[in-house]
Order: sequence, then C-alpha cells, then structure tokens
Amino acid sequence: MKTGDLVELAARNIRESVLRNALTTLGVGVGVASLVAMLALGIGLQQLAGRRLARSGLFDTIAVTSRRSLRGFDRGPGGEAGPSAESRPLDEPARLEIAQLPGVLEAVPDLRFLAEVRYEGKPHLAVVVAGLPPSARDTDAFDNLQGRFFSSPAAAEVILQVQFADELLGVRERPDDSSAKLNVQTATLIGKELTLRYAERVSAEVAAAAAPPASGKRGGGGNPPSAAAPPAPPLSAMAGFSVVPHERALRIAAVTDHDPEGLRGAAGARLFLPLQMAESLHALLPAGLRASEPDFSNSPAYPSLSVRVKSPNRVEAVEEAIRKMGFRTYSILDATRSLRRFFAVLDLFLGIFGSLALAVAALGIVNTLVMAILERRREIGIMKAVGASDGDVKMLFLAEAAVLGLLGGVLGVAMGWVMGRLINAGANLFLRRQNLPAEKLWSVPGWLVGGAILFAVLVSMIAGLYPAARAARLDPVEALRYE
Amino acid sequence: MVTLEKSGSAGSVRTEAVCRHFRMGESVIRAVDGISLQIGAGEFVALLGSSGSGKSSLLNLIAGLDRPTGGAVVVNGANLAEMSSAELCRYRRHSVGMVFQAFNLIGRMTLLENVELPLRFAETERGGRQALAREALRRVGLESRMTHRPSQLSGGEQQRAALARALVNRPRLLLADEPTGNLDSHTGIEILELLREWNEQFGMTLVLVTHERALAERYAQRLVFLADGKVTADHGNFGC
Repeated sequence: MKTGDLVELAARNIRESVLRNALTTLGVGVGVASLVAMLALGIGLQQLAGRRLARSGLFDTIAVTSRRSLRGFDRGPGGEAGPSAESRPLDEPARLEIAQLPGVLEAVPDLRFLAEVRYEGKPHLAVVVAGLPPSARDTDAFDNLQGRFFSSPAAAEVILQVQFADELLGVRERPDDSSAKLNVQTATLIGKELTLRYAERVSAEVAAAAAPPASGKRGGGGNPPSAAAPPAPPLSAMAGFSVVPHERALRIAAVTDHDPEGLRGAAGARLFLPLQMAESLHALLPAGLRASEPDFSNSPAYPSLSVRVKSPNRVEAVEEAIRKMGFRTYSILDATRSLRRFFAVLDLFLGIFGSLALAVAALGIVNTLVMAILERRREIGIMKAVGASDGDVKMLFLAEAAVLGLLGGVLGVAMGWVMGRLINAGANLFLRRQNLPAEKLWSVPGWLVGGAILFAVLVSMIAGLYPAARAARLDPVEALRYE
Repeated sequence: MVTLEKSGSAGSVRTEAVCRHFRMGESVIRAVDGISLQIGAGEFVALLGSSGSGKSSLLNLIAGLDRPTGGAVVVNGANLAEMSSAELCRYRRHSVGMVFQAFNLIGRMTLLENVELPLRFAETERGGRQALAREALRRVGLESRMTHRPSQLSGGEQQRAALARALVNRPRLLLADEPTGNLDSHTGIEILELLREWNEQFGMTLVLVTHERALAERYAQRLVFLADGKVTADHGNFGC
C-alpha cells in the first residue's frame, strides 16, 4: 500500500475511536511534556551557567606571558640568560600578532601599576591601578555598578572598588575587609575628582631635554609609590629612560562592589582606568624595571596579555598557536570540560526521569492498539481477503501508532512549553522575593521541539511493533469468522 | 470504467485430492478430505451441502485464504499450495473476488471507501481508483448511496456493495459464500440474478456455496454435493 493511503487510513481509524485515542494521545502528550520540561530545565540551567561563566571572562580567556622575561629574572649574567631563538618580547607587535589569530576577539595588555591617590585634601592612599578594556563592561564584574562605566576608552575617569571607596571616605581602614557594600555614602563619590600620583616612565632623551623636569605637575607630599619615585637622578638612565613622578586629575565615574581578587586581568586592583587612557599615562610597570635586558627598546614589554577568544571551544587551538609564537599561556579550560561533563550527566538524568512518563504512555499505546486488534479482528480478515498483505496490515498498525505518537508529541511539546513557562515564572517569583535578579532557567531550543516529537513518534512505533506483528499474523479465515 | 471480457482458461480451477485437516488435541477434523474437482473457466458451479460438510473450507482454499494440508489447488495453472504468502496475497488481490454471507463491509467506511479498499492494496492511483469504485457501485445500482455507511443500508444493498467490492479488481474468479444467507428470498434472488448476469456477460467463473438447493438448481450450471469433506455427487444442472 502507498504511504499516503497508509497514513490516510491510519488517521481515519484513529478518528473513529475518538475518546480512546484522545486519551492515549493525552498519555503520550503528558510523557513528552514531562521529557520536554525536564530537558528544557537542564538546558536552561546549562545556558544560565554558560552565560554566567562567559560573562565571568574566565573560560574564554588565555593569559599570555613571555618566556623571556622570566629567564631574564631567573638567570644571572653570563649564564644562559640570552633569549632563545624562539622567545620574543611580549610587546605591541606581539600583541597585534596575537590579536590577528583566528578565533581571537581581543588581546589586551594587563596594565597594572602602583600609585597614590589624594582625595579632598586627605592623606595619600596607595592603590594598585589597572587599565580596563571596553570589553570589561560586558563581564559580570561590572554588573552591579554604582554610577556608569567609562564614557570612552580614553576618558579621564576612574572606577573605584568599593573597599577603596570606603578608605577614601575614611569609613574604614582595613583594605581586606570584604564587608564593604555600595551605599549612599559611596554614591556621593560619583562625579567627584581625585588626583592620581604615579611614576611616569620617560625616555632618557626627553628627560634630559626637559630637565629640570617639567612634564606635568610634580607630586607634593606623601610617600613615593616606589623607589623609582624621586625625579632625579633617573633610576635607569643607562637603559634609556627616566622615572618621574606625575599627577593626573581624574573624575570618579563609578564604584563597583566586585571582589578585587576576582577581576579578570586586574586581580588585586582597586582603582580602574580606561585601558587606552592608562596606556597614555606611560606609567612605570613592574616589567619596565627589567630594563637591563640588552635589547630593551622603546616599545615596552607587557607583563602579560589577556587574550579573549570567541568561545571556550577555541581556547585550546588559540593557546597552541600562541605557544608556537614563543609565549607562555594559561587558561582554565579543564574547568569548562568538567562543567560540560556535569551538565551532560544532568541532562541525561533529567532525560531519563522525563522518559519514564513516556515509557508509561508507550504502554498505553500498546494497550490501545491491542484493544484495536481485538475490535478490528474481522476488519483485518476482510482486508486480507481483499488483498492486504501481512506487511500492509503491520504497516497500518504501525502508522496508527506513529500518528498517535505524532499527535501526542505535538501536544506534549505544547504542554511542556507551558510547564516550563510556569516553572520559570515560579522560580523568578521566588528569586524576586529573595531580592535576586530574574533568570531564564528554562529554554526550549528548536532541536528539542523537533527531537521530542520525533522521539514520541519513535517510541510510539516501538510500542506499536508488538500489536502490529500480532495483527499481521492473524489468520484471515479465523478473523473472518470472528463475531 | 470496469471492463470484464471473456477470456480462455483464465478463472479455471482444479483441485487434486485436496485436504484440509484440523488437529484438535488428539483428534483430527477432516474439513476437506481428498476432493478432486475440475471447474472450467466461465463455469457457474454451486457447492451444496449441510453445515460442516466442508464447502466453505473448500472455498477458502480456492480463495487462497487458507492452505491445504494435502493435495493441490490449481487456479489458472498455478498451484496455490506452493505459493508464498506474498504470491497468495497478489492472487487474492488480482485474480479472485469474494462475497460473504455476512457481507463483511467495514462499518467505519462509506460504501465508496469499502469498494476502493482492494484498489488501495493494489496501489491503484487515487483518481483511477475512485472512478473504478464508482463504476462498480453504479453496476450494482448503488450510485446514489456511495457516501452512506453500511449500517445505513438494507441487507440487500450491503450485499450488492460487497459484490461491487468483489468486482472492482476485475477478477476472473468470483467466490460467493452463502451470499443469500442473510437476505430474504426476494433479495436473495436479486443477488443471484446479478451473479448470473456477470457470469454470462463476462465469462467470470463463479463458485457459489449454498445450502439452498432450490436457488442452486435455478441458477448454477453444475451442482457439487459435499458431505464430511468429500464430494458425494457432481452433476450438471440440466434444469438450469
């Protein structure tokens, strides 16, 4: 029999026993709904975790350091201190080269330096300053921001870590007190101005030409940020640059309550500048002190780079490419692998629990079709008498099972979608009561809709195998005799 | 358009010592016990006998609905006993039409759908299928009842619809198992008139199982009497 005739006859037979088939379809629907709701929850949680982790910037980031800088520090002169053929400085050309690698979104230098801050005439406070690229805005570090993120990559603005803000306000003295929270007082800082005093790295020629130094307002009091702070004589004239103290007035744009130890590429920093602006300060970086390297050039070496890749899947390949360029890399790729494994297991278990209801529904299909065979015994005999083969009869019952599965699958997906919405709404109600932001815990991707319907059809057909085989085996003479 | 034309040996039936025995525990029931018959193409034969004589069992063997436990059933030169299930199925689909005492129409289908059913299994195109089914129903005078379900028809109309279904595949052999058994005498005569018309007009071989001797003598060309699975008498119906 042709497939079209088969489906037409199957649909017709199902229409004839409306109530029983509707109940069976409902059973399949409930099974599919439970499966869809469970998997949608698993997928939703996975996506939520994925989004959170992606926003943490930890799993798509590679830290790059130079092999060479470490050698320079570890080994004495005359030994194997010379850079190997493969090693190279982590400077701007290297950064640009890394940024061009396939899969790399950005490669930004980790600019961090020690400075002093004066605010409203209070004593200077020492602070670690870090430069932040514009992409930092999208990380969760700045989810809870009092004020606004930098207005431009070169704005003369700062973001303060809340503990440091408290110190500026004189509220607390212990910088390791993690109980600091954004409050009305910290809000008063926004829009105010502070003065940043730092050690500027000036090339020897410029320094000599400018002597006595006049490259900005000289620092007045307080402790110098490092031994390099006194303006003259230059600390490293031999190496071709001088270190001079410099001050810069900056506007406070925002206060963040993020743990300073958790910030990507800026661990330990309590004051943040836009990266471009931080670069323009030419502040002396810790790596810059290693000026005794013979090939020191005017292009300063970065202590490290943060390389962000398009997705965690690309991390391994990009890491490999960077290592081949002669740099050290570090990422926490293994953690994402564990996470994926965890969610795979979670989805599996949720799927198994969801499938239990579908398995029960499959028994309903077996029951419905076996009953149909008993009822339609004579009809099967008639069909065989007028030319139906065993295969035709078998296919007809399988098609009926498939139609039941298809209808149940569509119904189930719709029910599962509604169930998921309800779970989401309930969970968000709970979260809101806990003063937590709403989350999308549930997600029904297209493949789940298609997969669930297909699975329902498949399970129904498997359930229909026995009744179909039984119907096909019926002896036509016996069947025709049946009253 | 249904066209049935007379043809040579198509529709001839030969049974050679055919047996159909059923084992019921220790005992064996010999429903058909060594019957040898020769039915020529276009012949109208009536199988007569009391209940349990083996006439319906023999008809089922000729129809290819059942397999003999011994002997041979040869239709159009092919031995049904040696056919595979698929071959038997094709034989039932294309070479033989059957009419039953209980009409055996499918109650959930309309008359048109019932008549179309054999054509569905024969994989006839939808358009051609409907035309053939309508023509078959027109031949039996049911063109105005095509969309009715069997339960909405009288017994005679149901049997005529069953005849249309048997006819629609243009078989050379028509087997009728007590076709008048559930009908009043007047309607029964109508049905047998129809059968004889087809037999004469199209040369269709007709095997009629009945226990109504008077009807058999009135319409059949040959009477075969059965008892206990054996042929007890076989002679021409000269009064026909």
